[in-house]
Amino acid sequence: MKSITKSKPFDEIKECLERFDRIFVIGCGTCATMTRTGGIEEVADTIGRLQEWGKIVTGSTVIATACDEMTGAATAENSQAIRDANCILVMSCALGVQKTAQYIDQPVIPALDTLFMGIEESLGIFLEACDQCGQCVLGETAGICPITACHKGLINGPCGGTDNGKCEVDKERDCAWTLIYQLLEKQGRLDLMKKYHPPKNFQVAPRPRVIKI
Amino acid sequence: MAQSLREALDSGKFVITSEIGPPKGTNIAKMLHHIDLLKDKVDALNVTDHQSSVMRFPSIGGCLAIKERGGEPILQMTCRDRNRLALQSELLFACTRGIRNILCLTGDAVPVGDHKEARGVFDLDSSQLLHTIRLMESGKDLGGNDLDGVVEFCTGAIVTPEAKPLEPQLAKFEKKVEAGAEFFQTQAIYDLENFARFMEFARQFRVKVLAGVILLVSARMAKYMNENVPGVLVPQNLIDELAGAPKGEALTRGIEIAGRMIAALKKDSICDGVHVMAIGREEVVPDILAAAGL
Ligand code: SF4
Ligand code: SF4
Repeated sequence: MKSITKSKPFDEIKECLERFDRIFVIGCGTCATMTRTGGIEEVADTIGRLQEWGKIVTGSTVIATACDEMTGAATAENSQAIRDANCILVMSCALGVQKTAQYIDQPVIPALDTLFMGIEESLGIFLEACDQCGQCVLGETAGICPITACHKGLINGPCGGTDNGKCEVDKERDCAWTLIYQLLEKQGRLDLMKKYHPPKNFQVAPRPRVIKI
Repeated sequence: MAQSLREALDSGKFVITSEIGPPKGTNIAKMLHHIDLLKDKVDALNVTDHQSSVMRFPSIGGCLAIKERGGEPILQMTCRDRNRLALQSELLFACTRGIRNILCLTGDAVPVGDHKEARGVFDLDSSQLLHTIRLMESGKDLGGNDLDGVVEFCTGAIVTPEAKPLEPQLAKFEKKVEAGAEFFQTQAIYDLENFARFMEFARQFRVKVLAGVILLVSARMAKYMNENVPGVLVPQNLIDELAGAPKGEALTRGIEIAGRMIAALKKDSICDGVHVMAIGREEVVPDILAAAGL
């Protein structure tokens, strides 16, 4: 699983950073490096832009994985430079941003927008594959997730918008239910197309979601 | 009081429904004019529910106006804009106001409409909405609670006989029948042979099918529909026929084509009726029916 991100427009970042003059920058060596949004190169590039804009960058680090305990260790290692800053710019997904905020008192500003949890379908193409709905139906949909692969998240078969096997919202994108039908046919499980699924439980794990293991 | 749609469907007559598109705004004069023009010429009138995800005056408002003027409304309900609480509450309200027919739709996607950043709800889908109505008729709501006073509706759904691929749509059709759909209004059909083949399939089930007929007003519109409307196929000979009409007469030609199709569907008893859509040209629906000899 990868947390898929895209860079916020620099103007939006500037708006958030306007009032701060000393900034510490954090990147992430896992997902954000893969998506080229928060790896070593992108962090260096952002530092350059901040300095050009007249800001002081007190330091930076690219944490191997910004969403776990390593963030605690990394912030401790860089405590002096972090103390010198009056805000932290985090170039990781929102998990890394929130993890950072747990260890640091200064304001934490995200440099990226977190889009979805995805898998790399082919080189450089990331696909949303699961919305963590809490009631997985993959066993009956030939391994294709209708919640994320169908624009409307339909669990009872296609809408009337299927056009030559494509989705009504985008002629370039496959209709999930056409794919599901074709795979179920290959597997000799077409009876599943006629199985009625009652309304989904959208409160399997009500927000705020927490689980204790 | 107008005959109910269910009575009309059960009578075995060739049923005719048409459709009213409510305005974007509070000026309902034109909608009322269309209702007055059509209410006595058809068995029932649909009112669209934010068709193509474009925000408009609500379907329920149009249905009440039809009711007040002595017509038989079909309330279109999509699952795009309301969650299960709002859908059920609207069903309660509709029932108390004498609305007897519901057309259950999933609803078009939000990005095709005019509020592209809105959240699409889709808490239920069309087959679940059909089920919900049957459940509420039995005295329960989706939360498992008892209702103080039940609903009763004649329920319909839609099907796209020209969808590609067709098989997944047919599976969904069966699911809708199973969920309680009594009648189907189809997406526009133009190729009667293809449609007759679809009807062979549909005839296995105890449901009434009203063929969708969309008025073609020009060759350009026909081509546009082929390229942009999912599940609609206008054959080349009809496009040529429209293109060959003398200048200023394409609309008349379109009315002739629609009338001819309806007459053929009726003559050969291919289906149980028609659903005539003259998107934006509701005033010519009587001419289409006249051209069909109805
Ligand atoms: S159905 Fe889809 S969203 Fe739900 S758990 Fe399975 S893969 Fe995830
Ligand atoms: S066209 Fe297919 S993928 Fe798109 S919303 Fe409809 S069923 Fe879902």
